[in-house]
Amino acid sequence: MDVRTEDTPIDQAVQLQVQDLIAHYVDVIDQDRLDEWPELFTEKCHYRITSAEGYEENLPYGVIYADSRSMLRDRVSSLREANIYEAQRYRHVVGPIWVKADSERTVRARSHFLVIRIMHTGDTMLFASGVYIDRIDISRAPYQFIERVVVTDSHKVDTLLAIPL
Amino acid sequence: MPRVDATIKQVCWPSNGVTLVPFRLYSDARQYALEQERIFKGPTWNYLCLAVEVHNPGDYLVTGVGESSIVVTRTQSGELHAFVNRCAHRGSLLCLKRRGNADNITCVYHGWSYDLAGNLTGVAFERGVRRQGGMPEDFKRSEHHLRKLKVAEFCGLIFGSFDDSAPEFESYLGEEIAERIRRVLRGPVKVLGRTTQILPNNWKLYLENVKDSYHASILHLFFTTFEINRLTQKGGIIVDDSGGHHVSYSIGEQAVDDKDYKQQALRSSKDGYRLEDSTVVEAFDEFGDGVIMQILTVFPGFVLQQHLNSIAIRQLLPRGVDRSELIWTILGFEDDDAAMTARRLKQANLVGPAGYISMEDGAVGGFVQRAVHGSESEDAGLLMMGGSEACSQPFRATEASVRGFWKKYRAMMGV
Repeated sequence: MDVRTEDTPIDQAVQLQVQDLIAHYVDVIDQDRLDEWPELFTEKCHYRITSAEGYEENLPYGVIYADSRSMLRDRVSSLREANIYEAQRYRHVVGPIWVKADSERTVRARSHFLVIRIMHTGDTMLFASGVYIDRIDISRAPYQFIERVVVTDSHKVDTLLAIPL
Repeated sequence: MPRVDATIKQVCWPSNGVTLVPFRLYSDARQYALEQERIFKGPTWNYLCLAVEVHNPGDYLVTGVGESSIVVTRTQSGELHAFVNRCAHRGSLLCLKRRGNADNITCVYHGWSYDLAGNLTGVAFERGVRRQGGMPEDFKRSEHHLRKLKVAEFCGLIFGSFDDSAPEFESYLGEEIAERIRRVLRGPVKVLGRTTQILPNNWKLYLENVKDSYHASILHLFFTTFEINRLTQKGGIIVDDSGGHHVSYSIGEQAVDDKDYKQQALRSSKDGYRLEDSTVVEAFDEFGDGVIMQILTVFPGFVLQQHLNSIAIRQLLPRGVDRSELIWTILGFEDDDAAMTARRLKQANLVGPAGYISMEDGAVGGFVQRAVHGSESEDAGLLMMGGSEACSQPFRATEASVRGFWKKYRAMMGV
């Protein structure tokens, strides 16, 4: 039986690899390497963008909702091939990462983020803020997200949310 | 009902019809102010919330009609009420939280309190302090209740009207529209989630977009490629007699001959684009009638959507002449099993601010808003697809329901 609890100390090497995964995540989005984004998740996974209100009320809906890496790949191909939206970029700023033990093969992590959206016109706005609530597979390298719930502080989205948060 | 000065000049219409729509209607601040009075506070019905959101006695919820903040309540005896979220004393907001449960509503500013029907029940220091001050002898609480709205409940939806002369709700809808709402809202609903999309455009541009069956398969590649909604598929448009409400629907069968599309060489008919997980576009025929898409509007700002098994309500609130909010409530039914809920959650990727379909509708209104800025008084948009009438049609290569919107608009605005 696994006796780990939330308070079980986390090995520093594990902490560094979790940090690396999260840094990699924001880098592929902000540098427009979206094709690499689904590869940071396990084949069966859970990704959703919800609001603090929705999260507190336990509502299951996600503005983006995926239960597999395939769905994440579909999201990328739709953005690349199908959807019409004005050219835009994000800049993520992620705060310190808090890693907690979960099981032999997994850890939980929380980190706070800001996303700034830069339109092709040069207009720049604070687009989203919130917290990433993650469950991460640490059984092999590189680590992957089993679950990433993006909880935005606000339930309002300006115009559209094309690129994932 | 107080009205804005009738001498305020409205934007001029170039004809008596509805095929030419002046661009200034989207950017004129006086027109916008007049719409608040004549449409949102006029004899229309505006969506407030779901009955299930104010289910228990004492529940209240803050919503909106036009620019006004509105409180919906359920009293201890189960009655529904709605009133403007504004204290009768000094005009302060009353309810500061979006939802809650309370015995009464008390203003934080000077402590005036109201029952859940909006009647004034308490005035702090009404008789003064140590016989000094207080309200005059002839002050009557009964003369100072909150500004109440007329309320109607239909299929679990709550609507409100500022104007007592508004027709009964079902006759406002008309039989066909009422039937199409009943078709979707067949039983008790369950809220799966909510989101609000800020639209960088005049409210009318969004309504026109929702009613526009012509753009759907051209702007939205997702529809076309996966044959969810091609104009060559069977379907049609229903426009009610007033013109203001509409239904657009399509029936889920393969289009027999797609040469019409190929001849147009549209961007949206790109071949070879496939999904890895196609659940997002696979409909389960839950209503048993083969209709895979039904978009319905009730004038001025209510949308009921069924895209495959994704069901949602959209409430449109104007937030200034060039800004609106679209409040999405994503629904399932109480009797959904886990598999059905999972299907609805996956198909919800089609809609909302990040929707494979809807994200483009969030942007396209802004494209018009930016382009019509500074237009001349004679500049107008064209609405000639499918003729000049605003009536039901058994095809969707038409702008009939958009013309219907303007027909109703002109009647309400008196232009």
